[in-house]
Amino acid sequence: MKIRSDILRIYQSIHTWVGITAGIFLFIAFFAGALTMFKQPIDDWMHKPLSKLSGVPETQLNHLVSQVLQQHPASKKNFQILLDAQQHAIVTWAEGKSGRELDLNAHRWVASLDAQGQLISHQETPSKLAELIDLLHRTGGIPGMLDDEHLGIYMMGVASVLYFLALVSGVILLLPTLVKDFFALRPGKNRKRFWLDAHNIVGITSLPFHLVICLTAIVFAFHDQYYDALNHFVSPVKTEVASVQSKKQVLAPVELLTPSRLLDTIRLASNQAHIHKLEFMNLESARPMLRVALNNPRYLVRGPESGYLVLNPTNGKIMNASMVPGKEGTWMAIVAPFFSLHFGSYGGDFVRWVYFFFGLCGAFLFYSGNLLWLEKRRKNQALQTVSNRWMAATTVGICLGSIVAVICCMLAGLWFYQIHPNTNILFMPIYYTVFLSSLTWSYWRGAARASVHLLWVCSLLLLAIPISSLLQNRSNNMNINLVATCMACLFTYAAIKTSRRVQHGSKDSVWARKSVSLVTENSSTSVNNPA
Amino acid sequence: MSPDLVKPTTSARLPIARDWWIKTLAGVILGFMLALALVGLFAWLGPGGIDAPEKNQFVMWMITPVWMLILSFIYLCRSGLRAVTYLVIANGIAHTLLYCLRH
Repeated sequence: MKIRSDILRIYQSIHTWVGITAGIFLFIAFFAGALTMFKQPIDDWMHKPLSKLSGVPETQLNHLVSQVLQQHPASKKNFQILLDAQQHAIVTWAEGKSGRELDLNAHRWVASLDAQGQLISHQETPSKLAELIDLLHRTGGIPGMLDDEHLGIYMMGVASVLYFLALVSGVILLLPTLVKDFFALRPGKNRKRFWLDAHNIVGITSLPFHLVICLTAIVFAFHDQYYDALNHFVSPVKTEVASVQSKKQVLAPVELLTPSRLLDTIRLASNQAHIHKLEFMNLESARPMLRVALNNPRYLVRGPESGYLVLNPTNGKIMNASMVPGKEGTWMAIVAPFFSLHFGSYGGDFVRWVYFFFGLCGAFLFYSGNLLWLEKRRKNQALQTVSNRWMAATTVGICLGSIVAVICCMLAGLWFYQIHPNTNILFMPIYYTVFLSSLTWSYWRGAARASVHLLWVCSLLLLAIPISSLLQNRSNNMNINLVATCMACLFTYAAIKTSRRVQHGSKDSVWARKSVSLVTENSSTSVNNPA
Repeated sequence: MSPDLVKPTTSARLPIARDWWIKTLAGVILGFMLALALVGLFAWLGPGGIDAPEKNQFVMWMITPVWMLILSFIYLCRSGLRAVTYLVIANGIAHTLLYCLRH
């Protein structure tokens, strides 16, 4: 396909600049996002399975719930009933604030009945590591809140807009040579050619995945603003009367229906899905709500794992049945896949592994994009330009730094748990300390040396994961150990290759040993090297 | 509107002016308004009309792809000024139609 050269040149510039501004940010999002495919396994691995309480059958559920509500006033506002595969139930509730901000000191209570029908309950602190990795995925690790929403989420939204531009321009650039270059991976002397081929293969083969992720990520970031805009510009012009009346309701003491009656109603409406969780919410307000999480792997659903049914727990009336798996209305049935396509929540574990793989490929795409930028700007001189060396150091520091930091959190959580039950308070300080140290190291020592160091650190820390698991006798999730070992091998390979290039590769590159520290040589280079 | 920021390597002038800032701003702001009006027209005139249950969620989802496509291809306009002109005209038509539907 032929495209005019001026158009190609315009999209080349766009691709370069959006890639270089958003790429590093998206690297973190993709690498952390790949890990969020396995949130539950990660938390299970961190802490030995928490509740050893066995659930009660449905016949005893009414008794359990009434006991909990009597003896634990904290549960009166919100509580949850969790059902396992045999539909045996335990009750849990949280102590602490709720909201969009993550509460790392939150405790959770779990309760069940013993053989004599007496209430047994205890407090536990579930691991929040997976939740924090998810937060890292959504915010890129940028701290701060803006109007009750994480600042990082908006930044990620902007990065996703740039990401869309990068995708479109990348495809346009590739179109003229698509047939010739597709699946051509040319190793050899020309490193730029090799990286470009690899970048193209990964980009084109996972293009549909990237388009889906990118478009949904923009919506996730800006949906509040979208709805506001739609209300303002599109919705029918409202008369003012309707909204005032609904707020004047008398608060009556809430009388819940018994769980077994609610379960009967739910079964009728659930379209044969597995009832996973009953969340009783806002019980002491004018709008009590029961949200039921329904799992059915045969359908694309709304949430990360479940579809939902919402009803009023005081009278059993169904408030919203439009999110029940397989029972959505026309429009909801079109919208639900957008969610599951981002969350990878269809097709069970197989799709999770596929998404995990695609996520890591995406991270590679951005990393290789940055490397291409550097190769393209390489000058035939020993000391590369200041901008080039900064970019190289930033890429290495942030990308490898975030990986090292997450692995450190996993290991620290695993070992600290032996002395203290609440490991959650550790994660944030450890993440930022390790991340910022790696970045500083990368700026101080230069990309060439720091990349070798950080790659070795990565592979050693990754090896420590299966070793720690063995030492602590945690055989409950072998997959994590397996993946960690494979990754450790990959990082070792990368470390050996990079260190060879640093020592024996061409001297006119940011990867040569000579282009060392940025901080100390900045002033001298700007004089020596006006280019 | 604005001069070429990047000098072309050959002496011939580029047929398409780059005008990065004005095109990008036009694509982001005017492009968003146009996307909003277009999905708004779909909400009113598309199947089910404005009152179809749950349709507003679908409509909300459609803003992004429309907006992003406008933004991606606005760079093909011959100049920044033209990009703005096209988008202003398109916005005018779409929003007028939408206004008539709402009142």
